[in-house]
Amino acid sequence: MSQHESTVLFDAPGPRAQRRQRILSVAVGIAGLALLAVAVHRFAERGQLDSAKWEPFTAWGTWRFLLNGAWYSLLAAAGAAAIAGPLGLLLAVGRLSPRRAVRWAAGAYVEIMRTVPVLLLIYITLFALPQYGVNLSLYWKLVAPLALSTAASTAEIFRAGLLSLDRGQREAGLSLGLTNGRTMRLILLPQALRRVIPSLVSQSVGLIKDTSLGYIVSYYELLFSAQVYATYSHLLIQTFLVVAAVYLVVNGSLSKLGRELQRRDPSARPRLRRAPVPPALTDPATVAPPRPPVDSLQGDER
Amino acid sequence: MSVLTQHLPQLLDGLLSTCLLMVLSFAGSLAIGVLVAAARVSPVRSLRAAATGYVELFQNIPLLVWLLLFVFALPEVGVIFPLFTTAVIVLALYEAAYMAEAIRSGINSVGRGQAEAARSLGLTTPQTLRHVVLPQALRSVVQPIGNVLIALTMNTSLAAAVGVVELTHAANEVNLAEAQPIPVFVGAGLAYMAVTLTIGLTTGLIERKVAIVR
Repeated sequence: MSQHESTVLFDAPGPRAQRRQRILSVAVGIAGLALLAVAVHRFAERGQLDSAKWEPFTAWGTWRFLLNGAWYSLLAAAGAAAIAGPLGLLLAVGRLSPRRAVRWAAGAYVEIMRTVPVLLLIYITLFALPQYGVNLSLYWKLVAPLALSTAASTAEIFRAGLLSLDRGQREAGLSLGLTNGRTMRLILLPQALRRVIPSLVSQSVGLIKDTSLGYIVSYYELLFSAQVYATYSHLLIQTFLVVAAVYLVVNGSLSKLGRELQRRDPSARPRLRRAPVPPALTDPATVAPPRPPVDSLQGDER
Repeated sequence: MSVLTQHLPQLLDGLLSTCLLMVLSFAGSLAIGVLVAAARVSPVRSLRAAATGYVELFQNIPLLVWLLLFVFALPEVGVIFPLFTTAVIVLALYEAAYMAEAIRSGINSVGRGQAEAARSLGLTTPQTLRHVVLPQALRSVVQPIGNVLIALTMNTSLAAAVGVVELTHAANEVNLAEAQPIPVFVGAGLAYMAVTLTIGLTTGLIERKVAIVR
């Protein structure tokens, strides 16, 4: 995700290419400006740029209402993350468990939750559960489905982290006489967790975006607050644009943080650190003898 | 169970609507995604910046905000389409950002030597992209594109929130009429799983067909 990876396709440009690129650059800029001009004209024509329509957004009262919504969005995201994180970890460990029943159950949960829309789960908490006497609070009507669904994708992130570890780590743990569980807890998890932090940060962006579903359960998060405010003030476009900007700032900084962590993470580039395998070892003739230990290990993995 | 058979036409209409949303916005997002990905790796700085801005914009603002903006707010400045078309446009624009990132990862996975060889043969950057790099990149990202398509399928359910009668909406209507949530919602869930499973299997097949064996 670094900034310099795109140089595969072209060299440092020569004088003619430079000229061409400058012309293209200017053309793109003009096209962008033209688009902006059309949009501004459209807005102005319909009176959407009148100062009266934007003035409420300079008042602290409006911002307090919207930022309150943003705070509730973050609360919902935090609640969902607090459940989805540990649950996802359990599911990921479960999917790699030596016991088939555990593996199967965790796998089924993840596969089902990854293919059912969150909105359907929300409709269940909204319309189905009350009929069976389970009437959750608005907060939980939003957070419970989010947590259950996010747990599945978090589990996949953790699992990818665990699988990305060198095989030898687990083998070394087992050969030291640690049990499967202790190998997981003492050796594999600490490394895997560190490795998946960037992905988790990126995923939290998705979670915050999903809290906008609070709009459907009438939970006062950012989007629902915006809707309420827009209905009250009749400033539809302005409110939604402002709210979109708030989302952009919050999630944009989180995405940037995720990318930054990814870039700095030394374990994300294992190929640079791992000693290359000497070519002699990959020769078929020499590979044959060390086979037996691998077989016995598979028996252990069962 | 009888609820499901009784309301089968309504639910099937919903499923059809979901599939239509999915197919149309998939086609749109793939087309836009390829263009944005190409712009993101182009030598022209302003094109790169525009494409990066596009991806940031659509990946960081929730789909529901975009839907509400397009369905309820933009008509006030005269940007107005039929509801279903609006849903398709928004979904296509939104998923195109993810599509572009998937394709870009494919472009980066194409060996350096390929582009270098193409350039040394005298191809221009657009030609290199079109004839050498993209065909290989697209083959290697069948699985990631499949994942975007699965996410897209689940996101079509959000169109229900702005009033498009697709599967989730239809299921909810049937539930409100019959008050039998379990069969209705489980049925809808199974339908979604069937669609995504089909996508998963198909992408698996396509991947094996087009994979470049090195």
